[in-house]
Amino acid sequence: MSRAQLVQITPAPKKKLIALVGPPNCGKSTLFNRLTGLRQKVGNYPGVTVEQKLGRMQVPGGATELVDLPGVSSLAGRSDDERVTVDVLHGKMAGLKKPDGVLLVLDATAIDRHLSLAAPVLALGLPTLVVLNVADELEKRGGALDPKALAAKLGVPVLLVSAKHGQGLDQVRSFVAHLPEASRNLELPKLHDVPHRRRWALQTAKIAGFRRPKASIWTPRLDWLALHPVLGPAVFILLLTIVFQSISVLAKPLQEYCQEGIQISGGWVASMLPESLFRSLLTEGVWPGVGAILAFLPQILILFLFIGILEDSGYMTRAAVIADRTMSRFGLQGKAFIPLLSAYACAIPAIMATRTIEDKRDRLATILIAPFMTCSARLPVYTMIIAAFIPERHVIGPFLGTRAVAMLGLYLLGFLGALGTAWLLKSSVLRSAPASFLMEMPPYRWPAARGLAFRLLDRAKAFVYRAGTTILLVTVVLWLLANLPMHNGALSPIESSYAGMLGKSMEPVLRPLGFNWKIGVGLITSLAAREVIVGTLGTLYGVESAGHSGGGLAAALQHDLTPGGAAALVVFFAFAMQCFSTLAIVRRETGGWKWPAIQFTYMTVVAYSAAWVTNHVVNALFG
Amino acid sequence: MRTLADLRQGESARLVNLLVAGDEATAVMEAGFIPGTVVTMMHAAPGGGPRIYRLEGAEIAIRVELALALQVEDAA
Repeated sequence: MSRAQLVQITPAPKKKLIALVGPPNCGKSTLFNRLTGLRQKVGNYPGVTVEQKLGRMQVPGGATELVDLPGVSSLAGRSDDERVTVDVLHGKMAGLKKPDGVLLVLDATAIDRHLSLAAPVLALGLPTLVVLNVADELEKRGGALDPKALAAKLGVPVLLVSAKHGQGLDQVRSFVAHLPEASRNLELPKLHDVPHRRRWALQTAKIAGFRRPKASIWTPRLDWLALHPVLGPAVFILLLTIVFQSISVLAKPLQEYCQEGIQISGGWVASMLPESLFRSLLTEGVWPGVGAILAFLPQILILFLFIGILEDSGYMTRAAVIADRTMSRFGLQGKAFIPLLSAYACAIPAIMATRTIEDKRDRLATILIAPFMTCSARLPVYTMIIAAFIPERHVIGPFLGTRAVAMLGLYLLGFLGALGTAWLLKSSVLRSAPASFLMEMPPYRWPAARGLAFRLLDRAKAFVYRAGTTILLVTVVLWLLANLPMHNGALSPIESSYAGMLGKSMEPVLRPLGFNWKIGVGLITSLAAREVIVGTLGTLYGVESAGHSGGGLAAALQHDLTPGGAAALVVFFAFAMQCFSTLAIVRRETGGWKWPAIQFTYMTVVAYSAAWVTNHVVNALFG
Repeated sequence: MRTLADLRQGESARLVNLLVAGDEATAVMEAGFIPGTVVTMMHAAPGGGPRIYRLEGAEIAIRVELALALQVEDAA
């Protein structure tokens, strides 16, 4: 079949494509969510890690595709975000047609600044609608703007809308339904002359009768508090404490419900299927492996809810400013604070959140240190060892016991590992001139429930998708390792399986750490997800109630491990990269296996050395 | 010559010279730090952290190192 015929058979879709362009913090994503509802999908542009959001929008006369481009303040193409925006708008992005029209979203309260983006966008010559968002705030705070005068000056239609309250959206839809001919522009400034372009923006805003709204009275007051030399850091620490406390208080019961649901459904599957290899793959491999990960969903969503509230209210940028000084001592910048905070739930969303860091080396350093932060998957391992080896005693009054102190110490250990590694990286391979730190401080705003709900839904989808793909694959492979080879048509007991053999062959390497071969098997299976080691050890020690309480397991471990070996185990888990899913994400975000390979090797070496030292020191002290 | 870093909280001054080059200069100007603009110092982050300046109705945080490179004269 010739090429020409192929083209005829599968003609390019005739659906219209509209691009959403605008500076950061102009409410572009809110507008996108309003226009597309739940008919959207998130992906990556090929070759770069800028997020691609496509959605379908219902307009009179058929559906239209809407693409939400990253927030940019110019089209100079200096960052990945700007390059993607330029490529999409010129129709040079693989897999995406040239847009038929542009919705240029600008913040109506800051139009004199934001209009400087209008010049390069209008110069593209595509049908353009200028959408002035946040109209409600402009009015409320005593600002003024004449959209008709602006439209006359720019030669394109201009609309005042409020995406937050859903006002003016019908007119946006009707523009998209009847795209006008390409705009005719009279005079535009020289695009590459920044001062000239900005003067043009100021002048254009003046012609449009723009009166800047009064600055919000709350923002300076709240900033006085947030950036106060004493109260500022206190508020910062207080907010972090509230976030972590509520994760453990709110998420714990939800997590237990999830675990119960997974156990019950696993039992149901077991009872429905006849005894077979497939059944045991499902009930002993897939259910515990994928289920263990899914049980973290409530915790991750709660953390993201808090991060969403902190971000949408505007506090997160202040937190980044406060953290900047401390982070810069370790060669990082304030923006790295936000991903590192999310890494306390899980390194994967944290690594995706590093996309906000423009400097490539800073971003890479943040990706490499994120897995050191104590993610929630480490907690079951810590809990198991602490319960078995540390007797509960009061340290300071009845509120702080020895076990809580041990747990806090492990959190601190991971944090120090991250900072130390950052310092190492930034003073060697990833050394770079300090990046220019320029952050626009948005005014404080009340976060909108709708926007938060959309973000959580996005995160949940991404998380479940990952559990259903990468993690599913890894659990299947590990199940095979733990059950093969077959003996006389039956599966191996784990001791004589490939995993068992591997564990035993690892014993000489593990003995200096105080680990036996059973721990070795646990280390292998925990590559699927760290907490899987708890289940594996349960199986190996033949303990029925291997779950969360683990009373029998605690006794077995006490009998089988020295205090040094037990301490070495938690230290090993604090530092080791025991997580295939994280490695897979690092590969995607860094565009190859080089960095995940370096990261895995480095973290394993650090974990091994630290565990070796711990084993010897603890045994010398208590052994 | 005075720089942005010399401004006390609440003090305003007019930008005259940007002692930055290349991409950083473009980034600084895109953010609105253009000679002739009147800039007000709003807040300083605790412990010598970034400073926040108000210009054209927006507030921008920059590090002290960059503030030292942006020269100003009295706004009057």
